[in-house]
Amino acid sequence: MEFNSRVPSGPIENRWENHRFEMKLVNPANKRKYDIIVVGSGLAGASAAATLGELGYNVKCFCFQDSARRAHSIAAQGGINAAKNYQNDGDSIYRLFYDTIKGGDFRSRESNVYRLAEISLNIIDQCVAQGVPFAREYGGLLANRSFGGAQVSRTFYARGQTGQQLLLGAYQALQRQVAAGRVEMFTRTEMLDLVIVDGHARGMVVRDLVTGEIHSVAAHALVLATGGYSNVFFLSTNAKGCNVTATWRAHKRGAAFANPCFTQIHPTCIPQAGEYQSKLTLMSESLRNDGRIWVPKKAGDSRRPKDIPEEDRDYYLERIYPSFGNLTPRDVASRRAKEAVDAGRGVGENRGGVCLDFRDAIQRLGQSVITERYGNLFDMYQQITGENPYEIPMRIYPAPHYTMGGLWVDYNLMSTIPGLHVIGEANFSDHGANRLGASALMQGLADGYFILPYTIADYLARTEETAVDTDHPAFKRTEQEVRERVQRLLNVNGTRSVDSFHRKLGELLWNQCGMARDASGLQDALAKIPEMREEFWNDLLVSGAGKEFNQELEKAGRVADFFEFAELMCRDALDREESCGGHFRVEHQTEEGEAKRDDENFAHVSAWEFTGVGHEPVLHKKPLEFEYVNLTQRSYK
Amino acid sequence: MQITLNVWRQAGPRALGRFERYTAKDVSPHMSFLEMLDVVNEELIEAGKDPIAFEHDCREGICGSCGMVINGVPHGPKPAITVCQLHMRSFNDGDEVWIEPWRAKAFPVIRDLVIDRSALDRIIEAGGYISVRSGSAPDANAIAVPKSIADTSMDAAACIGCGACVAACPNASAMLFTAAKVAHLSKLPQGQPERQQRVLNMVEQMESESFGYCTNHGACQTACPKEISIDFIAYLNRELLTATLLG
Amino acid sequence: MGRILRLYRSSVGKKAVMGVTGLLLFGFVVVHLAGNLKVYLGPASFNSYAEFLREVGAPVFGHSEILWIGRSVLLVALVLHVAAAIQLWLMARAARPVNYRRPVHLEDTYASRTMRWGGAIIFAFVLYHLMHLTWGNAHPAFVPGDPYHNLVRGFQSLGASAAYIVAMIVVGFHIYHGVWSSLQTLGVNQENHERWRRLSAFIAAAIVIGNISIPVAVLTGIVQ
Repeated sequence: MEFNSRVPSGPIENRWENHRFEMKLVNPANKRKYDIIVVGSGLAGASAAATLGELGYNVKCFCFQDSARRAHSIAAQGGINAAKNYQNDGDSIYRLFYDTIKGGDFRSRESNVYRLAEISLNIIDQCVAQGVPFAREYGGLLANRSFGGAQVSRTFYARGQTGQQLLLGAYQALQRQVAAGRVEMFTRTEMLDLVIVDGHARGMVVRDLVTGEIHSVAAHALVLATGGYSNVFFLSTNAKGCNVTATWRAHKRGAAFANPCFTQIHPTCIPQAGEYQSKLTLMSESLRNDGRIWVPKKAGDSRRPKDIPEEDRDYYLERIYPSFGNLTPRDVASRRAKEAVDAGRGVGENRGGVCLDFRDAIQRLGQSVITERYGNLFDMYQQITGENPYEIPMRIYPAPHYTMGGLWVDYNLMSTIPGLHVIGEANFSDHGANRLGASALMQGLADGYFILPYTIADYLARTEETAVDTDHPAFKRTEQEVRERVQRLLNVNGTRSVDSFHRKLGELLWNQCGMARDASGLQDALAKIPEMREEFWNDLLVSGAGKEFNQELEKAGRVADFFEFAELMCRDALDREESCGGHFRVEHQTEEGEAKRDDENFAHVSAWEFTGVGHEPVLHKKPLEFEYVNLTQRSYK
Repeated sequence: MQITLNVWRQAGPRALGRFERYTAKDVSPHMSFLEMLDVVNEELIEAGKDPIAFEHDCREGICGSCGMVINGVPHGPKPAITVCQLHMRSFNDGDEVWIEPWRAKAFPVIRDLVIDRSALDRIIEAGGYISVRSGSAPDANAIAVPKSIADTSMDAAACIGCGACVAACPNASAMLFTAAKVAHLSKLPQGQPERQQRVLNMVEQMESESFGYCTNHGACQTACPKEISIDFIAYLNRELLTATLLG
Repeated sequence: MGRILRLYRSSVGKKAVMGVTGLLLFGFVVVHLAGNLKVYLGPASFNSYAEFLREVGAPVFGHSEILWIGRSVLLVALVLHVAAAIQLWLMARAARPVNYRRPVHLEDTYASRTMRWGGAIIFAFVLYHLMHLTWGNAHPAFVPGDPYHNLVRGFQSLGASAAYIVAMIVVGFHIYHGVWSSLQTLGVNQENHERWRRLSAFIAAAIVIGNISIPVAVLTGIVQ
């Protein structure tokens, strides 16, 4: 497996510019001769497809939803970071770069992160010009807020619907190219495999989700923008359809998977209410600005939270982290909540949550101020739980939310398979071991609008142009494999539904590869996953047929891939004998219970090579070099 | 609780549909409506029957995928939410519930409660955008937008494209959807250059998609999970009249 | 003209035509009511008003010329109003080939739901009204040139008065939704459509009460 990170050298602030100059261009007249496939229509996919179409390429864009506008980027609430320094509070490209590297616990590439911070400026310009209705001040200029504990106000937002508005901007740009005939949009179409011809990614096999028809699509280059894999846990804040299939199938065809154990758990979600629960709902992190987090001091306290007197409450974040208090970073807040619940000090259904209490804030500021700040969130909470958070403390618990791991890419966002580019959450990206709040939207759009459209040209220009069509034997072979696999899912004809398997897998991973991991738990999971996978393939029951609209069949294929992927995630977590960011190994913590990095042995990206289902994958360690940032231990005391 | 469900089952666009009766037993009031359907589906699957097909994705009221008419009301009895945000505590033990897909000629049924809403995408395609080449935008603060205009534009932009407005309209009209996008873009200074062409093209596309027309009932704004106002329809009307007569 | 034809091709344009013609007809209803109310000032005042309508515009215009121009405008408006209504109704019917099991009326009012049937009833009423008090062929004792007599004598019949009262209520509903809806369609309400809705409810009520008061006054003997 060949890794060439293509990271430019020289002063960091000139690297992207120099690199852009060094990259080859495609002659404007030749662009229309190139077909490019974009899989996924979220922020990254839609912005890339729109931009490539506008540049003159022939773009085919695919999504499994009924419209490009439904991709899960739409659910991002908080905002998007950019180093505009409009607030004159000392922000700069370099500070955003530094914060991102540090927030990621020093497990990302300096060059990539610097480029991201640089491009953040263009993103806001682009989105405003597209008509994204960002919040404004009375003078008509853009408003900003501080987000996720950042010390500068660099977050741009559109009420609590920033992801929606940015995605609609990209979606509209995409529809414009559809109308112009530059992009052909295939909705309700799922990528089921990648086709490699002579070592290059040259197409894919898809299933039309309405007719069930399986067919191939050929292109000169592919772009995967298929999001993250949080749904491996079954319960997560991701949309139900989010899956690992596209990236996993690419991995099986030779794309290295990097840092799969880097998952982010969001601390403020509504706890699970019962066994039937289908997903978890995120409550904006901003609630921690005014809410106080606590649990009963005594385990098993059966009083209603409201009735527990002050002296029997443990405001554990304020106690442990007096200076950051309730605003400690996501990973720390999440882990501490888990500790409390594991100790039997949780509240609510199955003692599965901790209190987020607004009593004091309401007393201090008055109910109307709280309503103004969080009214819609309180309504949403009440809608879901049936409890009034103005009177009863909210119950929250962490939930899987974002995955920093993904397919390994070089500086050009190309995977280890020539021609296969990976953007947005799907790549292993710029967030290291932990992503800062309001940075996911930034990365998706940076990749799609401003990086990939340049770098893909370099690949196309450097590669000898070969006409490929779907009659090539590689396509026929892959198509056949996909058909067999689909048929296999239908043929099991066992007794259990897809969801019942997925729930079990999720439970195992959440307990043993979730917020806190240890060697014995991971080894146990690694032993159990193949057994569960075996059971899945022996006892699965998918109703209906292959050649029709069949939602169970769609799910079955995705869960089958999660079963394979889960093993890699656990293996990576076991291999990474350190704690960093979202990856917390119980064996590696300081005396105060904080994550303890091991920069000597683990300042690298773990890129895994697939060798067969059930076979030990090959690990390639790609060292991370830090020329600009000093590696320090994070401290929030 | 126990709920009796009458669900519209239809094998395909051209197949004949009918209501089928199911019983949801042991329903917890904490369940969402879709989770209740999940449980019914699990039972159907394990009994070797076809589960009820329904569209859903984010299950937090923003993606716009879900949508069904419950007892005649799009997204069910509670205002300002999508069906995925509806919880079973809004129902009583023993209730009988009728579930139907959005019904409109422009939204053909794909299966059961799943419909084809691509007509809405085509309306956006016709002009629901501001043409900006990636990378050619001026500095974001170069264009000042009065706060009140940004806020109104955001009110309109909140549309999730679920189609409940069409489903609720006695005439199956897509005016609220179209008006929301026209208003979102045309109220902003950035949207001015394409203002007239946008409204003309979008309305023309809307009409070619077999939607009905607007009789100003206001059912759409009541059904809208994002509470988008029909004031935007008045805005669209004026924009269209101006563009056609004076443009 | 090309622009208007282009406008008419769209449903919004047809609605605008309905709005403009509707407002025109509404204006006629208001003026008509003002004239009707002269009945309270006695036969002389009422009949001279009727005569004035025929002489208005003199000497530039001849006898009844202005009246006929007015009638023509109203007739054209009526034809356009009805034609657009029928075209739009067909469009709406096609837009939902399969209806809900039991459609629920969200927010829409009785008035908004009865625009189509209400319109048809009003059309029939207008014909009756013309035959009754203009042409006289549906009147028991019609005296050409003495509208006051015709009105009082006509309304002394309980059946005729009842028909007028019912029709006025239908007209009231039609005006309530129609006026507000026209303003919406013509894009006059930019925000706060509720305010316009309340205003048109008030106007509609005033018209109904004003018109109904006349047969009631005749039946109770206030006007003789």
